[in-house]
Amino acid sequence: MSHRFANYNGAALMAAPGFPGTRHSVIASLGSEQPDVRRAAFDALATAYWKPVFKYVRLKWSATPDEAADVTQAFFLRAYEKTYLAGFDPARGRFRTYLRTCLDRFVANVRQENRRLKRGGAIEFVPFDFAAAELELQRQHIGDAVQELDAFFHREWLRSLFGLAVDRLRVACERGGHARRVAIFERYDLADDESTRPTYAVIASELGIDVTDVTNELAAARRDFRRVVLEVLREQCATDDEFENEARALGSPRDL
Amino acid sequence: MISDGALDRLHGLIANPDLSGTRYQLVSTLGRGGMATVYLARDTTLDREVALKVLDWTVDESSTSRLAQEARILATLEHPGIVPVHDFGQLADGRLFYAMKRVRGERLDRWAAARDVHERLGAFLRICDAVAFAHAHGIVHRDLKPANVMVGEFGEVLVLDWGIARVRGQSETSGVVAGTPDYMAPEQVRGERTVDERADVFALGTILAGLGDRRKPLAAIAAKATSADALDRYPSVEALRADVSRFMAGLAVGAHQESVSDLVFRVVRRHRLAIALVLAYLAMRLLLLSAFHI
Repeated sequence: MSHRFANYNGAALMAAPGFPGTRHSVIASLGSEQPDVRRAAFDALATAYWKPVFKYVRLKWSATPDEAADVTQAFFLRAYEKTYLAGFDPARGRFRTYLRTCLDRFVANVRQENRRLKRGGAIEFVPFDFAAAELELQRQHIGDAVQELDAFFHREWLRSLFGLAVDRLRVACERGGHARRVAIFERYDLADDESTRPTYAVIASELGIDVTDVTNELAAARRDFRRVVLEVLREQCATDDEFENEARALGSPRDL
Repeated sequence: MISDGALDRLHGLIANPDLSGTRYQLVSTLGRGGMATVYLARDTTLDREVALKVLDWTVDESSTSRLAQEARILATLEHPGIVPVHDFGQLADGRLFYAMKRVRGERLDRWAAARDVHERLGAFLRICDAVAFAHAHGIVHRDLKPANVMVGEFGEVLVLDWGIARVRGQSETSGVVAGTPDYMAPEQVRGERTVDERADVFALGTILAGLGDRRKPLAAIAAKATSADALDRYPSVEALRADVSRFMAGLAVGAHQESVSDLVFRVVRRHRLAIALVLAYLAMRLLLLSAFHI
């Protein structure tokens, strides 16, 4: 699937040390007077949220794959045309929660009115690969997700956030001549589970390098990954306060 | 798609400190503050447990310099009531950290709940000792509160969290408000640049009010320590400590103007054993005299 990112400069990845300062916010740009800026913001928003939205509609509203695909397309289209996502007030909570509330209201209205959904027309969003998303959903262990939809939506958003960050990391590393670094990161940190995760020695042997090189490359890739995650997160927050809260929540210690 | 296993791993990379290349192994999380998280870790070189304070990676430059300053302050203040720092550095993920002694014990307020007033005031005096020691080195804590004091198994106290401490002579922008509202002196709340040792006296007075009982002299000491005007407070922690010591010894305290009844009550209380013996002796004499006359 191809992605288009709003105002992203991949070269900045390697240069900017530590904490990202105030950056471009996709959310703040949703209500921009400039059509190009607004459109770019919407593309970025749709890229980040279409998959969580699709999966959420499938589970929460027991929608068929086709219906969920229609709803997802129509929801973003409607949001773009009516600019209601631009009405988000950061003082009243997270954007993610607001989006989900809008989505629930949208689906409820569609079902109540038995409305025919508009799937695009003149406006073409980033490609939504619903078949792939449905396949992912089938492979996922859903378990109690239906009872805990808040947690499910959050986790899917997190998956999307990390996915975007990995994509950016890959682009930036390849541009910067660090293709091996991202390859090691993907091989080690993105392994599906512990049974398929190679040791440093195996990776070193595969790439014909020292184990120390694997250690160093992985440390550098992880450092860059953290930075990119923050950058993507900042773009998805409307204000610095929201970003700080989200970043703190993301950085809350995990079970060891 | 990022698998569930990879998702958890990536989230762990974001949340947990990267201790690769250090002598420490992560064991668990001990607590979380405004700018940093404290972890329990094992020092694999010396085979002992330590506490690692690791800066959140979402903080700004001022927090970074605050953590560095906190580590330097702890390294300067070698005192039994102040937690010693063992190590300071930067992790592979870029975050600053310092390693300190692992403190075992209870938070002051929780510890105090099961102790009598004499024990509580004893701990208070030891807190004053640690704070006075810092003041003697030109350092004002500025965030004293029960949550920042640990009491060990044998009643030893450790004053923690020197993250917003101020070093005398170090310039600071006015308008910066840092601390915990319930324990902050008015001038600290106003963000004044003149905040000095008396801000700690104020916080200690608030702590004392929570540790003491309703006896008037003790309440008067706490009231004097927490005066709104810094000039009306004890001029130093030593002066506050001295008044509490006098109270514990049954002596008159500087903060309280005694009435005659207060004086009698205090003297009786202080010398209750001697008075009881004299009274018992007199009663015995009276009894013997009565028996002889019969």
